Amino acid sequence: MENYNYTKYHPMDEIYRWMEDVERANPELVSSTIYGYTYERRNITLLKLGQNNTAGREKKVIWMDCGIHAREWIAPAFCQWFVKEIVNSYKTNEKLEQMLQNLDIYVTPVINVDGYIFTWTNNSNRLWRKSRSQSLPNSTCYGVDLNRNFKANWGTIGVSFDSCENTYCGESAGSEPEAQAVMDFVGAMVNQTLCFLTIHSAGQLILLPYGHPEISAPNYNELVSVDPNSGSSRDWARLIGIPFSYTFELRDKGKFGHLLPENQIQLACEEAYVGALSIITYVHEKAFNNSIVSNSAATTVKHFTLASGIAMMIWSTIMAVFVATGFI
Amino acid sequence: MALRIIVILAALMGVTGSPTTTVRPETSSVDTAAHPNSIPETAEETGQNEVFSEEEGAEDVMATGELNPNHYPAQRAAKVVQHYLTTRYGSPYRLFGLQRVHSGNAEDVGDSGRKYQLEIAVHEIISNTTQKCSAEVFFPHGQKQESPQVQASCEELLNISTKAQEEALYQQYKMNQTLISAQNLPDSHGHIEPDTKPLWHLGIVASSFIMLKESNENTLYNMAQVANITQLATENDQLKFDCHTLLHDMVSQVNTHNYELLDALENGRKSKLFP
Repeated sequence: MENYNYTKYHPMDEIYRWMEDVERANPELVSSTIYGYTYERRNITLLKLGQNNTAGREKKVIWMDCGIHAREWIAPAFCQWFVKEIVNSYKTNEKLEQMLQNLDIYVTPVINVDGYIFTWTNNSNRLWRKSRSQSLPNSTCYGVDLNRNFKANWGTIGVSFDSCENTYCGESAGSEPEAQAVMDFVGAMVNQTLCFLTIHSAGQLILLPYGHPEISAPNYNELVSVDPNSGSSRDWARLIGIPFSYTFELRDKGKFGHLLPENQIQLACEEAYVGALSIITYVHEKAFNNSIVSNSAATTVKHFTLASGIAMMIWSTIMAVFVATGFI
Repeated sequence: MALRIIVILAALMGVTGSPTTTVRPETSSVDTAAHPNSIPETAEETGQNEVFSEEEGAEDVMATGELNPNHYPAQRAAKVVQHYLTTRYGSPYRLFGLQRVHSGNAEDVGDSGRKYQLEIAVHEIISNTTQKCSAEVFFPHGQKQESPQVQASCEELLNISTKAQEEALYQQYKMNQTLISAQNLPDSHGHIEPDTKPLWHLGIVASSFIMLKESNENTLYNMAQVANITQLATENDQLKFDCHTLLHDMVSQVNTHNYELLDALENGRKSKLFP
């Protein structure tokens, strides 16, 4: 695990191996779970990051998934980066360690395993987006847009019913094993789940579901949906009651798009890590310390930010949002 | 959709004479997008009718009046300005990206269409400089899809002369014994070999003509990749390229294949012809 290069893109077999290595090297923090199978019968695997809770309190859950869309390679790269950062810093970071005693962070580096593998097969498949299912035997086209397949006003806005289209939503809500696996697993722990983060590229945005107050983050624009979206995982999470549900769109804004050069992986991951950790810290403070007091919370953020200036801005913005709007 | 256009680029020759740009005095517009707001605005406060997410379809209700510069209506219109500037001033050594929208305004023009007024910052990618521009984009509404019309004035778009580099590139390709060809720019890992970068840039300039033509209020086009660019033999001083690019629309998530013939002439005149 020490030799793993987090600033390169890795094929799926290397990611599977990396997950085993991380778990083996950090048994007190990391455990893996296979929570479903893809259309082509591959494991859908997550890593759970968390420590034993000495106080015996019920642990709350943070959910993070990457790679719903096969071509968005920077997203799985970020999930791996995120795990690496947590693993490397929790022992020397008291606040993070405390949070990991109260929270379990579930990270799925690649949800759409079949699609991801397909994008590695050759150059002309690199920009594949969907899964690799074939719903109708005589259909010549493959795949469902997994982010249109969730049970959230399925089949209404922004979708296609043509199986050859990139936004094909599938035969029915949850028809796809990858989407169903997430809904089953997260659904079973919905009462403990504080936060649902789904990582995509590109656009450098944080997307919030309907009804959310706006937040801001440097390098990112934020967008709020007016209407619940059709079949997206983020809106499904919001609809079943998970209070904090965000889509992160990582770099970039179009110059390279999904074909983000490897020399930008570090920058993309660092800025997203700051954003993700700020949100996680916020929901933790809200749930466990029940304090949105500026000073104490702001101090804790300084301990583990990579670029503390940026994190401070995100932090103070988030807090201002929720204080001002009285959001639950 | 496959389109053949013949694009005559002044790019490789350099532009002779001074182009028509209007120099605007510096405006001190409030940069609403520079830093996170301490208290964010709600939709009501901005007077904006609706905001958009990436995943909503084409049936969005159109925003009018003052626009949130970070949200999709202003961003999509500003992207059209980027394509326009690239078609007019772009070259293998001059390319534009949309840096930021400072402010935007939209209004209906009767039934004929909608007009956007924008203050934007444009990034010249190769010299890594930023320019402020004022622009107007008119999207015609009609039975048939028509191209948007753009007017833009920027501070000093052509400040940095690229003529020498363009001339050198022309000579290099002209003098080559073999015809140059490249595929997958960038490749799967986002990599572009340095000596093929000018070809990638050429592809971006050429694609911008199509992206400009095909844009509307519900698109956000970028070139995803130059799938293939191949130099063709000519008997005159022209350079000619056959160019296959992939265009990506962020809104529909559709990748479009685009085929073009590029011609480069010596006299610095830039024009394009459609079949």
